Amino acid sequence: MVALVLPRLMDVSAASRRSASVAERNVSALKSIYWLLLVSGFVEPLLYLFSIGVGVGALVGDLTLPGGAVVSYAAFVAPAMLASSAMTGSFAETTFNFFGKMKYMKLYDGVIATPVQPFEIALGELAWAMLRGSAYSGAFLVVMVVMDLTTAARAAVAFPAAVLVGFTFGAIGMTIATFMRSWQDFDVLASAQFVLFLFSGTFVPAQAYPTLLRWLVEVTPLYRAVHLIRGITVGGGGWTWLLDIGYLLVVLAIGLFIASRRMSRLLYR
Amino acid sequence: MTTAQPLIQARGLVKRFDGFTAVDAIDVAVRAGEAFGFLGPNGAGKSSTMRMIGCVSPPSGGELRILGMDPVRDGPAIRARLGVCPQLDTLDPELTVRENLITYARYFGIPRRVARLRAAELLDFVQLSERADSKVEPLSGGMKRRLTIARALVNEPEIVLLDEPTTGLDPQARHLVWERLFQLKQQGVTLVLTTHYMDEAEQLCDRLVVMDGGRIVAEGSPRVLIEQHSTREVVELRFAGESQEPFASKLDQLGERVEVLPDRVLLYVPDGDAAVAEVTALGLHPINVLVRRSGLEDVFLHLTGRTLID
Repeated sequence: MVALVLPRLMDVSAASRRSASVAERNVSALKSIYWLLLVSGFVEPLLYLFSIGVGVGALVGDLTLPGGAVVSYAAFVAPAMLASSAMTGSFAETTFNFFGKMKYMKLYDGVIATPVQPFEIALGELAWAMLRGSAYSGAFLVVMVVMDLTTAARAAVAFPAAVLVGFTFGAIGMTIATFMRSWQDFDVLASAQFVLFLFSGTFVPAQAYPTLLRWLVEVTPLYRAVHLIRGITVGGGGWTWLLDIGYLLVVLAIGLFIASRRMSRLLYR
Repeated sequence: MTTAQPLIQARGLVKRFDGFTAVDAIDVAVRAGEAFGFLGPNGAGKSSTMRMIGCVSPPSGGELRILGMDPVRDGPAIRARLGVCPQLDTLDPELTVRENLITYARYFGIPRRVARLRAAELLDFVQLSERADSKVEPLSGGMKRRLTIARALVNEPEIVLLDEPTTGLDPQARHLVWERLFQLKQQGVTLVLTTHYMDEAEQLCDRLVVMDGGRIVAEGSPRVLIEQHSTREVVELRFAGESQEPFASKLDQLGERVEVLPDRVLLYVPDGDAAVAEVTALGLHPINVLVRRSGLEDVFLHLTGRTLID
């Protein structure tokens, strides 16, 4: 899909420069209060890790993964927390903040009067969202290494995977935001996000569910993200990580394509 | 000027929204260095036209060339050379006054160092240097407007589009804006503006089109339009009573034309004072009499049968 959009941009370097200017705007807008929000996004998955991974983990004991590996419950839950915090981080930026900028601040109505185009706005906002998501992921991986839930080498491989997860969810979030009508719609989104968080193989292996439900779970993007990162941090995923990466890339491309198309329609009235 | 290619050329330009035709086949040509106006009431299609020229609204029909390029295909290249002051300010509320200008310059790919210098110059130009580090929100309407104009100049545009630049401003703020726009014109910048204020059109525009219901109903310089569509002078008469209508019917023979408004009667005549004497001679005694020169308001009233601001 990106390949379909790109040839329309006469000069790719100018387009990426313009996308960067959109991300740059967000750096200028960073204010002290914002840092507090950033910190809260990091603390949340950490609280889950301690309360459930470590707390409930003490009751559950060790787990035997489908590949045969035996891991502690905390080591099982941690990569899922990493994936979902990458999701939360980029969702916060691409749904709530993006919607506010588009609908209420009318920011992009000003931006489209410059050479910057909707596709470049989407890309720039996504890059910014990814930065935020990556910051959460990096910090969380450090905690995992310190707690001996994974090795430093595995964490180093898991980082770019988490960045990809952030990117993909950013594109999904942005697409959803272009369909939002009012702030009320965000309640629905929050519920959906929580359901994903609970059932994406986060706390229990998907094999524990009845077959039909299991299939349903396995096609959700968060499940694929958890599966990918867990395969890296505890090992034993086999070749299926390729499937996960392919899935996330395709969703990313589709999300970006739809989001920029929708933005064009909303802005170029 | 006849040999020079117009900077903006529209032929049969149309804009439709879900069956509603906002702009109905207009022809416009704006030449380099002139100040061109779209005059008309709300809903005449001025803003829709401006958005099409600004390359943020694809035309539904007809032909449009800006700086010799196609707005749909060459949007970014055209917009790089335009400055836009939209009807509603789209300033960034999360940034300071200065940051608004620098960030906007960055959208045009202007290096940060240059953007800083230009922001300082422009803030000086619109008299906002003292508020450089203030947030946008607490600024007055006039200040926001001036900031939006400064923002439109950050890329040193060849054409500046101003959609109702002074609507909602107090007289003092309006005059400051007019002064600045006049200075820009002196520098050779092409100005295209919309307004429903007659005095604004008369002050700023070399040439203008009068729009009504999506169509162009007249075109020319303010002076020529007044000569063609109105008399030299106008007498405004206000009579006591519920309706002005019965008095107006008695004035038919006086002057070229009579217009009846809810609160007064307008008498279009070559010589105002002579006409007032004739009114008195008819035995009519208006409670209020005003003799003035014809303006664009009268042109509009004559062409459309309506006043500009309802």
